[in-house]
Amino acid sequence: MSVFKSNINARSEEFRANALQMRTLVADLRAKIDQIALGGGEESRARHVARGKLLPRERVRMLLDPGSPFLELSQLAAYGMYNGDAPCAGIITGIGRIEGVECVVVVNDATVKGGTYYPMTVKKHLRAQEIALENRLPCLYLVDSGGAFLPEWDAVFPDREHFGRIFYNQATMSAARIPQIASVMGSCTAGGAYVPAMSDETIIVRRQGTIFLGGPPLVKAATGEVVSAEDLGGADVHTRQSGVADHYALNDHHALAIARRIVGNLNRVKPVTLANREPREPLYPVEELDGVIPADVRKPYDAREVIARLVDGSEFDEFKANYGTTIVTGFAHLWGYPIGIVANNGILYAESAQKAAHFIELCSQRGIPLLFLQNITGFMVGKKYESTGIARDGAKMVMAVACAKVPKFTVIIGGSYGAGNYAMCGRAYGPRFLWMWPNARISVMGGQQAASVLATVRRDAIEAKGGSWPDADEMAFKQPILDQYERQGHPYYATARLWDDGVLAPSDTRRTLGLAISAALNAPIEPTQFGVFRM
Amino acid sequence: MFKRILIANRGEIACRVMRTAHRLGVQSVAVYSEADADALHVGMANEAYCIGPAAARESYLKIETIIDVAKRSGAQAVHPGYGFLSENEEFAAACAAAGLVFIGPPVNAIRVMGSKSAAKRLMEAARVPLVPGYHGDHQDPKFLHAEADRVGYPLLIKPSAGGGGKGMRIVESSAQFPEALTGCKREAQSSFGDDKVLLERYLIRPRHIEIQVFADTHGHCIHLFERDCSVQRRHQKVLEEAPAPGMSAERRAQMGDAAVAAAKAIGYVGAGTVEFIVDAKGTFHFMEMNTRLQVEHPVTEMITEQDLVEWQLRVAAGERLPLQQSDLRINGHAIEARIYAEDPAKGFLPATGKIVHLETPLPTQHVRIDTGIRAGDRISPYYDPMIAKLIVWDVDRESALRRMDLALADFHVVGLATNINFLQRIIGCQAFASADLDTGLIERNRDALFPPSAPVSATALALATIAELGAIDEATANRADASNDRYSPWRLADGWRLNQDNHHMLAFRDGEQVREITVHYRRNGYEIESDGMRCNLSGAARGTHIDARLDQIAIQGSVVRTGHRRDIFIGGRHVVLDFVDPYDHDLEDTTGGGSLSAPMPGKVIAIMTQVGTTVLLGTPLLVMEAMKMEHTIAAPANGLVKAIHYSVGEQVAEGAMLIGFKAST
Repeated sequence: MSVFKSNINARSEEFRANALQMRTLVADLRAKIDQIALGGGEESRARHVARGKLLPRERVRMLLDPGSPFLELSQLAAYGMYNGDAPCAGIITGIGRIEGVECVVVVNDATVKGGTYYPMTVKKHLRAQEIALENRLPCLYLVDSGGAFLPEWDAVFPDREHFGRIFYNQATMSAARIPQIASVMGSCTAGGAYVPAMSDETIIVRRQGTIFLGGPPLVKAATGEVVSAEDLGGADVHTRQSGVADHYALNDHHALAIARRIVGNLNRVKPVTLANREPREPLYPVEELDGVIPADVRKPYDAREVIARLVDGSEFDEFKANYGTTIVTGFAHLWGYPIGIVANNGILYAESAQKAAHFIELCSQRGIPLLFLQNITGFMVGKKYESTGIARDGAKMVMAVACAKVPKFTVIIGGSYGAGNYAMCGRAYGPRFLWMWPNARISVMGGQQAASVLATVRRDAIEAKGGSWPDADEMAFKQPILDQYERQGHPYYATARLWDDGVLAPSDTRRTLGLAISAALNAPIEPTQFGVFRM
Repeated sequence: MFKRILIANRGEIACRVMRTAHRLGVQSVAVYSEADADALHVGMANEAYCIGPAAARESYLKIETIIDVAKRSGAQAVHPGYGFLSENEEFAAACAAAGLVFIGPPVNAIRVMGSKSAAKRLMEAARVPLVPGYHGDHQDPKFLHAEADRVGYPLLIKPSAGGGGKGMRIVESSAQFPEALTGCKREAQSSFGDDKVLLERYLIRPRHIEIQVFADTHGHCIHLFERDCSVQRRHQKVLEEAPAPGMSAERRAQMGDAAVAAAKAIGYVGAGTVEFIVDAKGTFHFMEMNTRLQVEHPVTEMITEQDLVEWQLRVAAGERLPLQQSDLRINGHAIEARIYAEDPAKGFLPATGKIVHLETPLPTQHVRIDTGIRAGDRISPYYDPMIAKLIVWDVDRESALRRMDLALADFHVVGLATNINFLQRIIGCQAFASADLDTGLIERNRDALFPPSAPVSATALALATIAELGAIDEATANRADASNDRYSPWRLADGWRLNQDNHHMLAFRDGEQVREITVHYRRNGYEIESDGMRCNLSGAARGTHIDARLDQIAIQGSVVRTGHRRDIFIGGRHVVLDFVDPYDHDLEDTTGGGSLSAPMPGKVIAIMTQVGTTVLLGTPLLVMEAMKMEHTIAAPANGLVKAIHYSVGEQVAEGAMLIGFKAST
């Protein structure tokens, strides 16, 4: 194993300036998430607690093993959307350990608009289920929701990736022997009634949980029958008469105790096929990443400086170190797990794309998970590169990335632009998890480039008509484009729309990746079959 | 010297005798009841024989069986220990008849001292001072008044047939006598049907001081100084020390001479103890003689540097006493504390059960522990509930007291109630520290010795918190180790959250109140919130031992976790908390029922209900007898008796379900 020797002086002025910049970004991220974690605000939280219910984050904590980590997903979902009415999209999702088993938990937050489903709520719920499916993680649904958010029904109800998909996923995951467990801890109305009904095992809390297809107001309107919610679909009805629920819980704590017991009896064994080792901390502390990343995004830096702060013992065995040097590939261990790393170190050229494709083939062959560290402005452009077939070599890399069946993990640590995003295992390429750092940016191209391209087109059009376009006008034309790209390329904008699984502080990256790799090992690593490589 | 002896006893004294025997190259034969099959003394012996069921009268008191075992095992002599058959003349005689040496006094000495009146007459004749009084049949009031004036005041008038202080009168002066006598006689007549009274000098604040004597078969008899056993509760010795505080050399010589005279008067052989009652002026009076090795003999051994069991064996084997009176010197000061399984707060109610955890101070030249039990053993209801004798020695009393305080602090027993905290309070009380001793010390200092229970301290709570978090860490790591992803970061129980802080909640029941602790996970430990205070806490557990840091203060102690119970030892204090398990729900509750369990081990003595009966809240359903007290199990609510799991006469374990009960809703 070769130990990387860092060229960065952690005492330098520049390092400190970088660190200050990154820590400001991280502090902002944490402050926003602390606020979002409060859910629907003081008043609705107080009302929730007054009913004898645990707050949703307490439910998560009590469901998980004492002290279990919780790898929360999509923390900033719906951030800045729906007038800010749906913090966290009204649902908490993530991976935690229950009775020693890693599980996906999906928890409605009834303090946020009664736990109703906004479009982003649906997307977040489905993403959690997708993670459960890909990694074969048992699902626990703590249900406390009034169903679809009716004003947005057209973006929630009818389409393939809408509400109905939740139950489709439950059915198909159950068929794939991925346990589906629900605990009804509040209302569970209409379509929502199918979450418990479609589960393998269901718990319901006395005097809190209700399950019905039509609530008392609807029943009264439809048939004139007057009935209380408890008599219509409470715990006694469903555990003694209907059989819709299996376990009767006295309160939230009891329900969570039963849920934990159910998981304890699942008989799950992790099919780990990696030659993992005892983890060792990197030689260079992970916290140094704050100072390693230049405050100025355009400033290049050696991707190995990042790798050295993520991997065990800062040991990194590089592959093809002297070839296609704008991409860094190599083997390392992260939290004891063998991993292949692909990291950008400049613009992608034909050689770097070929090298990456080769390396991805190696990892697929050997069943080694892949980590992509994205910091890419794109493939090289120009006559020389087009004519020598950069698109052909780029296609090779995209083919390799798309087909590789080993678990893939992507962290966007800088820019993520254009086809570079695709080749480096962007969202569309099915990484098991994808995170962004707070300094990262994502766009179809850089804002500056987009503005210039559009300005050039415009100037050409004006000048073709014999007109002239003063520089000041061009500046005024470009500014809104730059602003739009800055806003939409920002990690908060991206993560609000679930283009990723969350925004990550650099110093949390190692632990997060360790948890994610371990969670991914719940699914066996499948052999890879590549398509036709354009040669 | 004998080749092989049988020890007709159990527990610490059996072990203690064996230790000396083995050191002298004498083999030991143990006897044991069925309840003691795994006891320490059985394992220590070269051979061990079961002699019957648990009840002492069917085992340790079975003379024939024991003699038979002694003969079968080839033992040449029998050591009776204390208690059981140690002062049983019939046993001593049976040994002699079987050709076995009884390691104790001659049969006659036992017989004489076994009869209080005979002993007093003999002692009077030997000029051993007795408590002045009149015990005769002459009951004429005038005669009695004259006798009272002779004896002196204050004076006690007691009904001869009485007991328990009933009818007893204290008379301060001659003038009060006639009226007090009339009252006592009237009460004696009505209570006992006999108005006969006796008179005795009333000793103010008496002390109990005893002299260890030793005699051989060659006509030598010496004493090994005194022991002060004044600290008693209900005539049970609690703390014993030697030498007696405030004892002058002159008084010691007088008492020693009197004790030797007493022993000689009855032709004593072996180890014996002459008990005296001593008044505030130091005047001493014979009470009785114990014709055996005393429980508290180690304090004498510590200050004389002699092994009294060795002396017993040598004397019994016909050797001369190892030393003469002039060879003996008092060296330093020794104190013995009797550590009992009992609950001082509940009237010293004996406790039974398993010793879950036992940690003792390390034996040194200053600290000696005589015990017959190990961790995991049970204190059964059949025998004396003594756990151990803790003996300390130092150059003077003040230093010895300090040693005792430290040693008691290091004596950790979990599983049943003990008197350790109570002993610590006696050691720490002013009266004991200043040697202001008398048999009423415990009663007089009740307020200090039985303080109301105080809330558990913040430091103890912090230790319990570290123990809980450490247990979580350990359980999580163990589970991961047993999996095929053992190094997974999921094995860490540090409550990690993405981009957020996290906390854990703990709750402990502390008497009537619940103490809640919010534990915030921090980079190098925890920040805890409880009772409105916030502190930084870090620490680690090594087994049950915990080193922690609460803000800037280093604290250490032990926490023993058994079920939901947490025994915390910190700064010499032993406190108990009950872990509140948030997941703990009685399974039967979900069907609206419950059950009634036994609050302690005992016997069912009455059942007042039947299956299928509907009862009201508070209706007595069943009565248990435990530790000689009756406990009534009553309906916890209005409801239905669904099942009765035991019948009258059955023995039940603590926590056993007695009655299935369904509360009506």
